Amino acid sequence: MFNALEFEAIWLTLRLAATVTLLLLLISTPIAWWLARTNSVFKAPVAALVALPLVLPPTVLGFYLLLAMGPEGPVGRLTESLGIGLLPFSFWGLVIGSMFYSLPFVVQPIQNAMEAIGDRPLEVAATLRASAWDRFFTVVLPLSKPGFVTAAVLGFAHTVGEFGLVLMIGGNIAGETRVVSVAIYDHVEAMEYAQAHGLSAVMVLFSFVVLLALYVFQRNRNSAGLTYGR
Amino acid sequence: MAVENDSANNDTTSISVQLAWSPKGWPSNDALLDVSAAISGRGVTAIYGSSGSGKTTLLRCIAGLERAQEGYVSVKGELWQDSNCFRPVHKRPIGYVFQEASLFSHLTAEQNLNYAIRRSDKPVSDDYFLRVISTLEIESILPQYPHQLSGGERQRIAIARALLIQPSLLLMDEPLASLDESRKDDILPYLEKLSADFELPILYVSHSLKEVSRLADYVLVLEGGRIIDEGTVKDVFSKMGTALVPESEQGVILEGELVERDEKWNLVRFQSSGGSLWIGDQGHRLGAQVRIRILARDVSLSLVDNVDSSILNRLPVTVSAISLPDNASQATIQLKFGEDHLLAQITTRSLEHLALIPVKALWAQIKSVAVVR
Repeated sequence: MFNALEFEAIWLTLRLAATVTLLLLLISTPIAWWLARTNSVFKAPVAALVALPLVLPPTVLGFYLLLAMGPEGPVGRLTESLGIGLLPFSFWGLVIGSMFYSLPFVVQPIQNAMEAIGDRPLEVAATLRASAWDRFFTVVLPLSKPGFVTAAVLGFAHTVGEFGLVLMIGGNIAGETRVVSVAIYDHVEAMEYAQAHGLSAVMVLFSFVVLLALYVFQRNRNSAGLTYGR
Repeated sequence: MAVENDSANNDTTSISVQLAWSPKGWPSNDALLDVSAAISGRGVTAIYGSSGSGKTTLLRCIAGLERAQEGYVSVKGELWQDSNCFRPVHKRPIGYVFQEASLFSHLTAEQNLNYAIRRSDKPVSDDYFLRVISTLEIESILPQYPHQLSGGERQRIAIARALLIQPSLLLMDEPLASLDESRKDDILPYLEKLSADFELPILYVSHSLKEVSRLADYVLVLEGGRIIDEGTVKDVFSKMGTALVPESEQGVILEGELVERDEKWNLVRFQSSGGSLWIGDQGHRLGAQVRIRILARDVSLSLVDNVDSSILNRLPVTVSAISLPDNASQATIQLKFGEDHLLAQITTRSLEHLALIPVKALWAQIKSVAVVR
């Protein structure tokens, strides 16, 4: 049904989404925890920055990242001086771009779940001799588990679905940056509608199954802070 | 606020608290809660007051859950807070039972207990663990998750969890308030046993006269963030004209021992420092220390001993004080009964008829006695 190039695109897409999701879960956890607990004046600006990719056209995000990671940009100079080379049009460049792009989809469900815990379980843990770190690992993380599941699913699915940003900073290199959405665009450009249909159908099916699984999960948990996307 | 550190700091048996607390952004210099108290290091001390009196805030300040702007807290010779130091909650040797069920919902009852055991101040011996489990009778519900338990069961687990941390002070914030009446009566007997069985001083916050008179030895009365009265439960709640109990519930608490049983009529004789009374036998063993409550409206007065009356308890007393509110039809008479006092509520007409004045001797007829504990 699919040729080798198409399988390569599917495999690349999954690899990209898995990498991005994993890294985002690590980065988003402290951000979400800080946003959930702080009374700082910086809370609103940071929350707005995190949410920015929700409203910006991916091309805008991609454009600035391209400049920053390019040979004249600050990130580009840094990566070159570290001997890593330039990130645009590489897999890791895509990973970084996608992390910005999917950040709100991972931070917000975790933040919602952490806010829903409230003060009480933390106070209880403190009266049971649990230090701040102990409380975080034994109370906050387990109680926000549903938020992490939602965050992982949304982060993964959203990364699979990106297109504009990939085109801006990834281009169209087989096995390196040509993900499924770009491959579909290629097929359409080349008037290969049958192949475009095949990949598109896989995307529709995948997205539906993922969202269905998520909503069934949320319904069964039926707890606060999980109704993301409804 | 004057802080006298030196004298209190050396006291290794009691709890010394001086706290001034206001919420963030409080406009006045006058602290919302301003309390200075020396609390016994043994037995149950109740912090009694209506809602909004600051009793929960006081308890939270002692626990370190709330940080008093000015404060001095020293417990059994250990300094927890003064102007230079503030020991964080998790380093204070306390157990805390919250008002509503506060079990970790992601853990079973047993895992909730293990959470405390792993962090206990000293290793939990099997013997101690079994004693906690059997005192609170929770063995059969250990495998359940909190949402599968009733409110009363959850609170028993929460109490067990607080005991398993092996604290040197147990703080309880209205642990029964979230339960319905019959559940409260289920848990009260467990609470009664705690302080004595575990040799643990308890601070018990409550607005319920019933709970306080049953559980506490000593009581601090809080109103508007200030301590307005303190003393033994017997003294505080036996005062004439106290605003702590409604008019119709005025009365006295007496403490004494059960010394004689009358099998035929199912009565036991209660002996206090004031004298003795026959009360209904509720199955207490002879020699038991009990606390009884006699309401002022259940006491009537007579100049002679009515031997032909149906009233069983007729006691020789003398008038020690008379409270006569303006324009009222009822007067309250305080009566000296040996070392103790009784209160009687009579009409002002009877007051004049009997020509009552202080030190006049007469007979008090007690219609009903409630055993508080």
